[in-house]
Amino acid sequence: MAYRKTVASLVAAAALLGTSSASFAATDITWWHAMGGRLGEVVVDIANGYNDAQDACQITPVFKGTYEETLTAGIAAFRAGEQPNVLQVFDAGAATIIGAKGAVIPAQDILENAGVGFDIEDYIDGVRYFYADSDGKMIGMPFNSSTPILYTNEDALKKAGVEAPKTWEEFEAIAPKLKEAGYVPLAQSHLPWIFTENFKSRHNLQFATNNNGYDGSKDTKLVFGEPIKNHFTKVKGWLDDGLFGYYGTGWGDNQTPFNEGKVAMWLGSSGSFGGISKTVEFPFSATYLPYWDAVEGAGTGTFIGGAALFAMSGKPDEENKCVASFYQYLTSPEVQYMWHKETGYVPITNAAYELAKKDGYYESTPAAEVGIKQLTLPGGEWTKGYRMGFYVQIRDVMNREYGKILSGEASVEDAFATIEADGNKLLDRFSKTAGN
Amino acid sequence: MKKVHFQSPWLPYLLLLPQLSIVAIFFLWPAAEAVESSFYLEDPFGFGSTFVGLDNFTDTLTSTDYGRVARFTAVFTCSVTFLSLGLALLLAVKADKVLRGASSYKTLLMWVYAVAPPVAGLIGVLLFDQHVGPMVDFFAMFGWQMQIGVNYFDTSFAMITTAVWKQIPVNFIFFLSGLQSVSKSVQEAASIDCRSGFRRFWTVTFPLLAPTGFFLLIINITYAFFDTFGIIDVIVKNEPGNNPVTLVYKVYLDGFRGNDLGGSSAQSVILMAMVFILTIIQFRLIERRVHYT
Repeated sequence: MAYRKTVASLVAAAALLGTSSASFAATDITWWHAMGGRLGEVVVDIANGYNDAQDACQITPVFKGTYEETLTAGIAAFRAGEQPNVLQVFDAGAATIIGAKGAVIPAQDILENAGVGFDIEDYIDGVRYFYADSDGKMIGMPFNSSTPILYTNEDALKKAGVEAPKTWEEFEAIAPKLKEAGYVPLAQSHLPWIFTENFKSRHNLQFATNNNGYDGSKDTKLVFGEPIKNHFTKVKGWLDDGLFGYYGTGWGDNQTPFNEGKVAMWLGSSGSFGGISKTVEFPFSATYLPYWDAVEGAGTGTFIGGAALFAMSGKPDEENKCVASFYQYLTSPEVQYMWHKETGYVPITNAAYELAKKDGYYESTPAAEVGIKQLTLPGGEWTKGYRMGFYVQIRDVMNREYGKILSGEASVEDAFATIEADGNKLLDRFSKTAGN
Repeated sequence: MKKVHFQSPWLPYLLLLPQLSIVAIFFLWPAAEAVESSFYLEDPFGFGSTFVGLDNFTDTLTSTDYGRVARFTAVFTCSVTFLSLGLALLLAVKADKVLRGASSYKTLLMWVYAVAPPVAGLIGVLLFDQHVGPMVDFFAMFGWQMQIGVNYFDTSFAMITTAVWKQIPVNFIFFLSGLQSVSKSVQEAASIDCRSGFRRFWTVTFPLLAPTGFFLLIINITYAFFDTFGIIDVIVKNEPGNNPVTLVYKVYLDGFRGNDLGGSSAQSVILMAMVFILTIIQFRLIERRVHYT
């Protein structure tokens, strides 16, 4: 099936190549992305759909590896003057590319300059400001937007006679029953994203000074209070009691035991939905990321993860017009709905969300709506997102120290002290790269 | 014997030019660039940079992680070098004595040489995989629950094992040819003087192998330092986390994954200095004790 699809898309691509050489007037633009596997196929479908829909522009998607590799390739190409028109940059790289004033044409500007209307209110809540600057101007066009949610193995829950937890308190009550039923109750795939960044958002807690870093990189410092430290103390306790499974930093290593039916509940990305529904053999469902009821003001929405598309500067106007028209195509409700259905990433506009609802998609697959509903939960002061430089390394520091907590090499106190020290040093270094 | 002289004094330089320009373009120029950028903090896109003096060096050397990475690199390099040389020598000595089917033994021992480091890493990952790895099942029978990617020691063990396995064939080939060039008359003379094969090996054969051994020592240290990059990258799955990594891998992580050009350059300058010192030590101290025939 997949093979036939690949052949079909190859034939389609060949046919398109043929037409593009014939219609010499088309402007070529390139799009570097990090979507491998099934996601990459859908990206090619979107590009083909755009190329078929109009004659003026021709977009070519190029797969550049992981998120980190794609960003590095984009930076190297930019410095050599060979940058693509559109570069996909992930959440942790946002500060790097937005901080480089002049590398990017803001999504809002490129759309307005091309005479295409733009209204930030068209975008759903959790998506709106994550890739915006501190004035609220949208710089990156949100593309694959996901949020961490809790996937549950329905067989496991039934066997243990429990329901999916809404809060961590409820989890503590049901976890021993799941263990008795022969499961590892819980696993997760990304400690910095799920148990740090979105932990902060879910509990409406400050993550960094300077308005979570949005107001500038100078003197931005990480903020870790009691709630997150208590959380990690609990997680370590769960691990020791066999209520939590930790299989390393790799995403897949932690998802595999859930897919195999050994782990009863798994915290992953709403974008994992498409893959899971094709892989697992048990009935599964999904629910919101749990929170600690004991933390005051908890239960707020999360913000997006995933990546956005950035229009690189230094390109001729006609190519920028093509980027604008591609953005317009990409954000149309039909394309967003298709992307949402095929991959599980959330639709980024209200119109696309309405379309999915009207189509009855969530009546047949209610779990697909969890991500977007969580993103549109009431927000608070600290649920917009964060903006920090050298953040890839800060995440690496977190992963290292969290690994030490879980393997018993470091206490929670010590680990967080190291994260603060090393993280703040990186932030300080980043603020000097701007050269002022 | 007639000596050959070049007609023009410039001709030898002209003939050396291709080699020298390659060294200049691919080694000296990048090295100079690295030294320069180690004094700056630069925006990845190249829009701005700040001169920070020695900050990159002090930040590197005072970071909590750098000492741990350096210690692991030392342990890793020593164990990989020692084990791959030792095991290869043992195998070469044994293979040298085999009379029947010698070539099949040798081929079996050598084929791994053709495996590229990332592929070797991948095979290592499969063998040591937490969920499906046969080695993990094997060690579990002895009560050792290996967790690659979670447990620091287990991950180091898998890395060293894979790196050693990958390097043994190279050493084996060199040791075997070294053993075969030890002259029969010397061996026969030795066996008249001494009955113990073990002592004969250490007092006669081993010193005669010393030039080969010295060459391999340098090759192996370089291998463990630089060429194991692919193995480490595949085993940590591009996510360093709490895993052991070597200094070279950290240069890559900070520079190419984290886009911290200044910090990464400072680390590579430190690495250059270390390799420089190591080379001096090797040639000054060890080579003096090696006899070339």
